[in-house]
Amino acid sequence: MWQLGSNFASTGTLPAPLAVMSVIGAEARSGALFINLAATLARVAASFVLAMALGTALGVAMGRNKSIDRLCDPLLIVLLNLPALVVIVLAYIWVGLNETAAIAAVVLNKLPNTAVTLREGTRALDEGLDEMARVFNLPLGTKVRHVVVPQLAPYLAAAMRSGLSLVWKIVLVVELLGRSNGVGFEIGIAFQLFDVTRLLAYALPFVGLMLAIETFVVQPVERHVSRWRPHGA
Amino acid sequence: MELDISIVRKAFRTASGQTRVVLHDVAFSLRKGEICALLGPSGCGKTTLLRIISGLDSDFEGWVRLPSRHRIGMVFQEPRLLPWRSVAQNLRLVGSSSENDFAEIVVALRLSKHLDHFPGELSLGLARRVAIARAFAVKPDLLLLDEPFVSLDASLAARLREELLALVLKRAATTLIVTHDVEEAISLADRIIVLSAAPGRILADRTIEAPREALTEARAIKIKEEIQSLMANASS
Repeated sequence: MWQLGSNFASTGTLPAPLAVMSVIGAEARSGALFINLAATLARVAASFVLAMALGTALGVAMGRNKSIDRLCDPLLIVLLNLPALVVIVLAYIWVGLNETAAIAAVVLNKLPNTAVTLREGTRALDEGLDEMARVFNLPLGTKVRHVVVPQLAPYLAAAMRSGLSLVWKIVLVVELLGRSNGVGFEIGIAFQLFDVTRLLAYALPFVGLMLAIETFVVQPVERHVSRWRPHGA
Repeated sequence: MELDISIVRKAFRTASGQTRVVLHDVAFSLRKGEICALLGPSGCGKTTLLRIISGLDSDFEGWVRLPSRHRIGMVFQEPRLLPWRSVAQNLRLVGSSSENDFAEIVVALRLSKHLDHFPGELSLGLARRVAIARAFAVKPDLLLLDEPFVSLDASLAARLREELLALVLKRAATTLIVTHDVEEAISLADRIIVLSAAPGRILADRTIEAPREALTEARAIKIKEEIQSLMANASS
């Protein structure tokens, strides 16, 4: 279909698959493809882990404690609705054009999402099981691992799903605006040259990588945590 | 383990802002190894009393005295198992039982075939058996049971009662069992406390004089009639 489309469109708008493949090959041979992919992936991983950890902590705290909830709720609403671009530009201006600012900007974009999801999850925790854990005097570690986390697992999975997609979209924007490597940076250059072939040559391997992570990491984890459900989730 | 309890007053605040007294002047103590049944019409505060003793509810006037180091095994009205853990894991999580004790409990409650199942795959009767097994797996000094056999068919309930009794006697756990079934109370307990309708007070506190093993049919019927007439008065 792509091939068919490229026959009709001009080369500048939609290049043929083979042309894109040859650019991917050339970039791979020079090593630039892998260096950029690795740089982007490292940023995705760092900001994803940070956003999940901080967002989960905040969400659980807000779900458990009414005063924390009231205190943080307005901030959360602001962060949820603040355009990603505003956060990114402010981070670069205030912190500087460096890695810390880049990661912080992505984390701030994802964190409110995670917090809201996990707050709902915490509010929905089963009180009966909590009482059971108290009467049987389960140690805190056991309680968290066997009573609380399994109940939060669907919420964590939902936050991770939407989180991964959000984070990698924003990482690319962050790279475009203020980093000198990564997939986003390369796409920025391609944009300046109106080079669609090069743009696709960087976008496609990245999409493939994200699909692979989804299929081989996220889905097996989900299947494992929901194996107790009689009919699957 | 000895249990000493005195509740002067326990009240709930209703949604409309009124206070509803559920327990009033309920005081008794249990000797170590005593098996006490708590009878009373529904809504008289039996479950509330169990929650107070187990420490889940501390908002009341009065006191509960338990030895400083004690282990509580509790069977709630619903099984309250962890759906995401297998039967074996559910039992081991709470338990400090040795392998031998664990195997013994599993055999007594006939759970050997179900250890790898998840609670969602069990019938209610089986899930209740797992909940009872779990209460024993902690090697309880104090065993609290909240209508553990309700909604089970009569023959299964009778068999479970026997299994429960055997385990309680072996472990010599002080036991408090909430029920509204007089026959169940007589067949299990060596002491019966009858609560009035809300606000619950103690109407009667009977020790079944004859040791349970020597309880004759005629005697059991007599006790049953006595308690039933008490309860009839209580709810009228």
